[in-house]
Amino acid sequence: MNEHTHKQFDAEMETIRSGVLAMGGLAETQLTRAIAVLRDDENEGEIDRVGAVEHEINRMQMTIDQQCSQIIAKRQPAAIDLRMILTITKIVNDLERIGDEVKKIAYKAAQTRGSDQLAQVRHHDVAHAADRAQEMLQMALDVFARLDAAAAAEVIEQDGEIDAAFLAIMRQLISYMMEDPRTIGPALEIVFIAKSIERIGDHAKNIAEAVVQVVRGKDVRHASAEEIRAEVAAE
Amino acid sequence: MNFETVAARPVAAELHLPPVAPKMSIRNLDFFYGRFQGLKGINLDVAERRVTAFIGPSGCGKSTLLRTLNRMYSLYPGQRAVGEIMLDGENILAPGVDINMLRAKVGMVFQKPTPFPMSIYDNIAFGVGLYERMSPRQMDERVEWALTKAAMWNEAKDKLKQSGMALSGGQQQRLCIARAVAVKPEVLLLDEPTSALDPISTAKIEELITELKEDYTIAIVTHNMQQAARVSDFTGYMYLGELIEFGATDDLFLKPKRKETEDYITGRFG
Repeated sequence: MNEHTHKQFDAEMETIRSGVLAMGGLAETQLTRAIAVLRDDENEGEIDRVGAVEHEINRMQMTIDQQCSQIIAKRQPAAIDLRMILTITKIVNDLERIGDEVKKIAYKAAQTRGSDQLAQVRHHDVAHAADRAQEMLQMALDVFARLDAAAAAEVIEQDGEIDAAFLAIMRQLISYMMEDPRTIGPALEIVFIAKSIERIGDHAKNIAEAVVQVVRGKDVRHASAEEIRAEVAAE
Repeated sequence: MNFETVAARPVAAELHLPPVAPKMSIRNLDFFYGRFQGLKGINLDVAERRVTAFIGPSGCGKSTLLRTLNRMYSLYPGQRAVGEIMLDGENILAPGVDINMLRAKVGMVFQKPTPFPMSIYDNIAFGVGLYERMSPRQMDERVEWALTKAAMWNEAKDKLKQSGMALSGGQQQRLCIARAVAVKPEVLLLDEPTSALDPISTAKIEELITELKEDYTIAIVTHNMQQAARVSDFTGYMYLGELIEFGATDDLFLKPKRKETEDYITGRFG
């Protein structure tokens, strides 16, 4: 994209865009910490840091929303600028929700620490699903930074894998709970963790869909995988 | 660049817009100021009872295009248009067209309000009297009707005998619109009708445009892109005498097809 005649407009857009990327970076770091807690190899004070950073993410959401409102009021953005601003207000919402889910994962993982029977599920299946969600989030942010619609379509398709992993974890936990009712308490906590991971996948998918909207001007939120592939492949 | 494809979009059906028919069809229009070519191969339909806006940087040919639609240019020697502009099946560029009748059918309002130095009443009655014979009572009715159409009746009814020059800029411009409407044209051409007006007067004129399109076909040239976005149904982006993109306003301001258009409407031009 060429520069705006008003250079200040470019500067304001860039501030907002880099704010989104910084916010996404924080969400990613948070998820890394939560995965460490899940694998029981976190450092001292990791959980406290998760809580503090989550506040920082909330604050950034409000700041970026405010900047978006101001740019709309002052500059009346059109076409790609307008799509970008509207999309960013959605993306920061998704990032804030990811922050919430990550906090839940970290806290619940700390709570279920003593349950040896379920350690296998936590350390492997759940942590593995969380790794996949993190990859997806990283890719979604990368896609946003590069405004790459084709790569966005790939991120959207990955969400199915995380959904499948969630169902597999559920089946596994149900078997544990049926075999030994004493596992029901911690198993339910792990269900919540797995659900949070699945939600992170959904939010990453939303971000990728938003990028398609910016680049192609087409709303693909409820489109099928084929329709999205066709859209990003067209001209 | 024919608007029929645009008008046939599913969105138009969803919005329950009545079907759109072309009122004026411009085909292969070239325009020359002496040797300088001001318009190059313009093809476009102006939709009936819709607002069509032309945007573009200064000197892009948008006002020139508007001036061809009622042959305003033919007042000036050395200016000529080549091609075809069909109005209800008749080529208005053909020799032998009655230019006075054409201008009664296709009215125009200019950037600066241009009331005649006479009373508000006579500003309107003067033009009507040139085209139609009517009794004083009928004329009174016509003046009231035109001022009402231009959303001016309430402000003007008690001072019809006062000079039109004494009105505020916004009122003068609405008086000019009333004057244009009074001869019952079919098409109204507005050349930057609000660029000399304050925001409130501008809002009143924009509101008026939306009301007038129930009865008239309107073409407007404006430097104010947001104004084009607000009032028009179709927008054409022009640059260096060419029509770069033409489409439904809703599409053009959200996802223009051409990069040149996107650069212009997002303020990335030059």
